[in-house]
Amino acid sequence: MTKLNINGESHEVEAPNDMPLLWVLRDLLGLTGTKFGCGIAQCGACTVHIDGKPVRSCLLAVGSIDNRAITTIEGIGATETGAKVQKAWLDLEVIQCGYCQSGQIMSAAALLAANSNPDDADIDAAMAGNICRCGTYVRIRAAIKRAAAEA
Amino acid sequence: MHETIMTSPSRRSLLKAGLAGGFVLAFHMPLRAENEPNQPPNNPAGQFAPNAFIRIDHAGKTTFVMPQVEMGQGVYTALPMILADELDADFSQVALEHAPPNDKLYGNPIFGIQATGNSNSIRAFWKPLRIAGATARAMLVQAAASQWQVDPASCTAANGIVTHAATGRTASYGDLADAAAGLPAPTDPPLKDPKDFTLIGKPLKRLDTPNKTDGKVIYAIDTIVPDMKIATLAQSPVFGGKVAHVDDSAAKTVPGVRKVVVLDDLVAVVGDHMYAAKKGLDALVITWDNGPNTQLTSNDIWNDLRAASRKDGAIAKSVGDVDKGLTQGDRYDGEYELPFLAHATMEPMNCTVRLTPGACEIWTGTQVMTRVQATAAKAAGVPIDKVTVHNHLLGGGFGRRLEADMVDSAVRIAKEIDAPVKVIWTREEDIQHDIYRPVYRDTISASLQNGKIVAWKYKVSGSSVMARWFPPGFQNGVDIDAVDSAVDMPYDIPNRQVAYVRAEPAAVPTGFWRGVGPNNNVFATECFMDELARKANMDPVEFRRTMLGNNPRLKAALDLVAEKSGWGQPLPPRAGRGVSVQPSFASFIATVVEAEVDSNGEVHLRRVTSAVDTGIAVNPDTIMAQLEGGLIFGLTAALWGEVTIDKGRVLQSNFNDYRMLRIDEVPNIEVHVIKSSEDPGGIGETGATAGPPALRNAIYAATGVTLRRLPIDRAALAVNRA
Repeated sequence: MTKLNINGESHEVEAPNDMPLLWVLRDLLGLTGTKFGCGIAQCGACTVHIDGKPVRSCLLAVGSIDNRAITTIEGIGATETGAKVQKAWLDLEVIQCGYCQSGQIMSAAALLAANSNPDDADIDAAMAGNICRCGTYVRIRAAIKRAAAEA
Repeated sequence: MHETIMTSPSRRSLLKAGLAGGFVLAFHMPLRAENEPNQPPNNPAGQFAPNAFIRIDHAGKTTFVMPQVEMGQGVYTALPMILADELDADFSQVALEHAPPNDKLYGNPIFGIQATGNSNSIRAFWKPLRIAGATARAMLVQAAASQWQVDPASCTAANGIVTHAATGRTASYGDLADAAAGLPAPTDPPLKDPKDFTLIGKPLKRLDTPNKTDGKVIYAIDTIVPDMKIATLAQSPVFGGKVAHVDDSAAKTVPGVRKVVVLDDLVAVVGDHMYAAKKGLDALVITWDNGPNTQLTSNDIWNDLRAASRKDGAIAKSVGDVDKGLTQGDRYDGEYELPFLAHATMEPMNCTVRLTPGACEIWTGTQVMTRVQATAAKAAGVPIDKVTVHNHLLGGGFGRRLEADMVDSAVRIAKEIDAPVKVIWTREEDIQHDIYRPVYRDTISASLQNGKIVAWKYKVSGSSVMARWFPPGFQNGVDIDAVDSAVDMPYDIPNRQVAYVRAEPAAVPTGFWRGVGPNNNVFATECFMDELARKANMDPVEFRRTMLGNNPRLKAALDLVAEKSGWGQPLPPRAGRGVSVQPSFASFIATVVEAEVDSNGEVHLRRVTSAVDTGIAVNPDTIMAQLEGGLIFGLTAALWGEVTIDKGRVLQSNFNDYRMLRIDEVPNIEVHVIKSSEDPGGIGETGATAGPPALRNAIYAATGVTLRRLPIDRAALAVNRA
């Protein structure tokens, strides 16, 4: 059994050590908010936080996590920064199809937790790993600034 | 409607206990189409259901059944706004349901089938939904007036309540539901004067987005049903190939692998989870019978298309005498070519199937409800009415989900195993087994006299998607989509001809892609317009203006975008502005892209500005969002999009080699919505069509290099090119 700390709760799963966290979350724990997009860490749809840092869960072996804190989209609203990002996303109506937005919000929340006042270059650097096929980038940039201003 | 909000731990207990898959409800909206009522949705017991779209229960809960699907374009907000405005419903209390498959009740009036595409959801349903809302309102008002024994004309309705001001009486829609249900529907209910709209025209918040911020939204790929297995598949890398032999000995040793399914055209590995399925698939040794296409290359396809484009086409439009017109003034010729493109929806193709004796149940995200139902029925070998389709919010459509191939293969895989199965395509399968935007070639000849175009001879050559997908759209040799925005190009030209040559690429399946026919025609038309402006020694905006006399709406958009984009103001060296205009999808849009080309030929977007007259903007914020996103979609294709073929295989496989624009490459985008009282136009695809020619013309202005193919050829733009 692998012990995992997810969104402040302890979980035990029976999973091979090399199984990516993405599929543990989705297929073993029913936490389907974290999305599969590419499987090769190119699109960012599967972004979660490990000890507050954004990580692509599609390539993260579950056996390598140990007792580090995992935060997913289902839990990010419990953090102050995460809640601000979610609110800004709705205030500026960022979302279209929404499939990439779990990952976008996780990357944005991690950025703001590390840098409370990011400029365009900071935002571009932090968010360039997250693809949005609907093209919501302009609003993502604005919403991150909005969330920062709420601080 | 389901009131339960099921949170993640519950979903986990579901997985563990193997209980029925639950429902999730967001903001009065079911995100999962579970337990569709067996009775026709237009006549559920105990509710006021005057038509297929509206149900009001005794508590006043107002449910709208959505005939079109939500894939990000905002129809799950705009269509309810239209219904609620004419109904005078309380918009904050509206619940939504996905329509079940039923062409008769929910067919798109433009297609005649239940299909969401061609940017026509609002255009197609604008009148029908206004009438549906107004009918229901009239019946509710009549019910109140009868109870109060007053003239219905002396009653008013607002926010789900009928009021008789003179006597101070009020009744809620819920209270009136029974009485209204007993009344005959009026045949010609009065529709509101647009000045009386209370919702239409306001930038209301979307109904589908709150649960897209917290992981609660359920896309098809998130389906969980009891005892479900997960499968992933491999189809022949070479188009048209078949499975010859499979060595599955290694795959079967992968922990969690339950079965290897070998069909004629694909191999699937079924496992307890996607990791087992994927690892199992990777461990298979598959020998393919590659079939006849092993030598096929992109070059072959281009050579075939170029040869086909030299034939005479079927005439789609003819005005004046184009051949005579071409002898007047100076004649110029241009040829434009556009590549195969994949859709690459962020949610990969998937479908969950549960087969029971004599019946089939599927969970998917589709733009074509009845088609996937029929496809599943055929594959499962059951009658159509024994197929239940649970549709979902789509993680992107872009035309890919106008096809049913992912449903067909999932059902065929499900037939080989004794459990429900969720089939998920890898991104590699998604890119390499798409139904691609066709390659197109456009040839144009025009003559120019005194700064005006005298003749315009235009020929489109390419695949007819209509002939396969919607045969009534292919008649007398003309595909109406392939010539869309060519036959109705906006400029005043006295002699004009548009022809079409159907040329199907060898082996490569072709389908609709966001922007459809106009994507190709607006590109070729607007690129050539810039070349002619240069020949005429005229400013590209002024050149267009002089020929837009019959298109005042487009001319106004052009004037506005010129003003807002800073057209004509100085720019640094190797930076330029390019303009495009389009009358496509009944929206009138002018766009300016500002771009800079560095010495290596790399293109940097600096600024994008659009002005749009889309008629009545049902939700102006959605109009802006669709253009912002659509422009990025189109610019992505212009800068990076190309699927190429070698040895009969697609060479691209994932986002590393099928590039998407990322946030650090995207500039500010400004959209200006022009106020209009015309009927609404389409918007979802317009940005995808507008971006590429404006970018190409910006590069033309910045460098003087005449690009006539997409994607952008950096080598041709480099300062010291080899």
